[in-house]
Amino acid sequence: MTELNNSELIRLSAAQLAAKLAAREVTSVEVTQAYLDRIADVDGQVNAFLHVNAEEALAVAAEVDAIRAAGGAEAEALHELAGVPIAVKDLIVTIGQPTTAGSKILEGWHSPYDATVIKKLRAAKMPILGKTNLDEFAMGSSTEHSAYGPTRNPWDLDRIPGGSGGGSAAAVAAFEAPLALGTDTGGSIRQPGAVTGTVGMKPTYGAVSRYGAIAMASSLDQIGPVSRTVLDSALLQEVIGGHDPFDSTSLTDPFDTLVAAAKTGNVTGMKIGIIKELHGEGYQAGVENRFNESLELLKEAGAEIVEVSCPNFKYALGAYYLIMPSEVSSNLAKFDGVRYGLRVLPEDGPMTIERVMAATRAAGFGDEVKRRIILGTYALSAGYYDAYYGSAQKVRTLIQRDFDAAFAQADVLISPTAPTTAFKLGEKLDDPLAMYLNDVATIPANMAGIPGLSLPGGLADEDGLPVGIQLLAPAREDARLYRVGAVLESLLEEKWGGPLLAKAPALGSSSTIAGGSN
Amino acid sequence: MAAINRDDVAHLARLAHIEMSAEELDRMAGELAVIVDSVKSVSEAAGDDVPATSHPIPLSNVFREDVVGHTFTAEQALSGAPDSFEGRFKVPAILDED
Repeated sequence: MTELNNSELIRLSAAQLAAKLAAREVTSVEVTQAYLDRIADVDGQVNAFLHVNAEEALAVAAEVDAIRAAGGAEAEALHELAGVPIAVKDLIVTIGQPTTAGSKILEGWHSPYDATVIKKLRAAKMPILGKTNLDEFAMGSSTEHSAYGPTRNPWDLDRIPGGSGGGSAAAVAAFEAPLALGTDTGGSIRQPGAVTGTVGMKPTYGAVSRYGAIAMASSLDQIGPVSRTVLDSALLQEVIGGHDPFDSTSLTDPFDTLVAAAKTGNVTGMKIGIIKELHGEGYQAGVENRFNESLELLKEAGAEIVEVSCPNFKYALGAYYLIMPSEVSSNLAKFDGVRYGLRVLPEDGPMTIERVMAATRAAGFGDEVKRRIILGTYALSAGYYDAYYGSAQKVRTLIQRDFDAAFAQADVLISPTAPTTAFKLGEKLDDPLAMYLNDVATIPANMAGIPGLSLPGGLADEDGLPVGIQLLAPAREDARLYRVGAVLESLLEEKWGGPLLAKAPALGSSSTIAGGSN
Repeated sequence: MAAINRDDVAHLARLAHIEMSAEELDRMAGELAVIVDSVKSVSEAAGDDVPATSHPIPLSNVFREDVVGHTFTAEQALSGAPDSFEGRFKVPAILDED
């Protein structure tokens, strides 16, 4: 057995790492240390991590190694992913590490409890490498709204890694972690996946417990996997999914055929629907080209391509920007300087609790969070409620009906994940509306509660940056996405001669070696 | 639908307990006017016959057994509080002095 150096080790997929750990060709401490070394080497450039959890991660890794070395029933009972490290979006609460939600208002706060998904990671004995950067309270599409500075795209450090889960996507793309957890309210797992050349899955609403994910918009939020391969996301969703009595919206369906679906290996006879409204005008030419290429590959593999129309999608973005801020204004009312986090006292005048709350929230929240709270307060206020929030909820029904009609004609739907490749840092920061348009193709899935997967579709000709392909399936049919996604991934990788991320530029100390690549 | 103006934003900021400077109110009013204008079409999208959807996956009557589960100790609950006193959250006056 040839021994892998650290650079090769960190490039293995989670499934490959799991196999090598099970075969005892490598230890979890070696793997975890290799990732911690990589973080130390490149995160100064990428800024994907807000907190690195080295001590605990190595302790968990050592525990897994000891169990494996001892053998017997306990070793047999280890989860397949035991010892495979993971990064966690800093919107998900964890005992023993700070949770900031990317906001000053929670700086230094430690949760007294673990999110359900964290309990599941701990039960599977997956070392948690640390907490990843995000737009404040997951509000944004570029990670520039983090109070702790932007994360940079590993493909081009002057560009955004998408958002809000730019930290998780960049960490996986930069080989700082093999897996990560994200949250997706309007595209925050899928759009960062698209622009960083990684895989991101938003499961069916309720397929993964939201308990312990700091709520942004409760009827839209969903925790899901971030990875470098489709199979890895399937493996991770099976770890974190399942019914949770602590989340009343959690589904009782099993979702236990995802890994098997990813290993199916064919799409013969499947009907794949192109959504007429989600490509063409407004989509970058290079995005459109890669999208068309994926359609050709699926057709060659035996899938039938049909066109479907979802006429009400033109209202989706508007309805989303009424429903989401309405729920935000309610969910974020709890950050008031009383029970946790920051408290700021007014500089002068009477010291009442209301004035303390107003001063605390003024100092603790960033501009985008304030914009959304004000917008939501407006949409819910007397006299506007029916016209805004009420109408938006009706649009939600229309979007669901569009999907119902589309899924009567196709097994899965396909579109580009985002209309463009990664834009430059700062480019859209002063234009909230332009920023919101990044999520035009991802929002409908959240509105309808259906699953959506983004996988790398290649590089755009004009800028050499990653393009994402989005697959959508009916609610509870997450397995279909893993099946089609894994087939498309293997067809594309065959064409590229390897994974897309092999084409990403070198980072850290390896990038300074003249002409070298490792 | 009426456009959103600076006075509206000032009122909403008071309701939402967010102190805003004059400069912030000006900027926020301009930005929100653009956003509100862009979402206006939503109110014309659906007729009266379309029911509202508040939750993406219909579930009803989600119950669990009424048994005492894990609860935090007062110490745990207060662990992140900016100020506390004798096992309670401590806050400034909740009523104006006058």
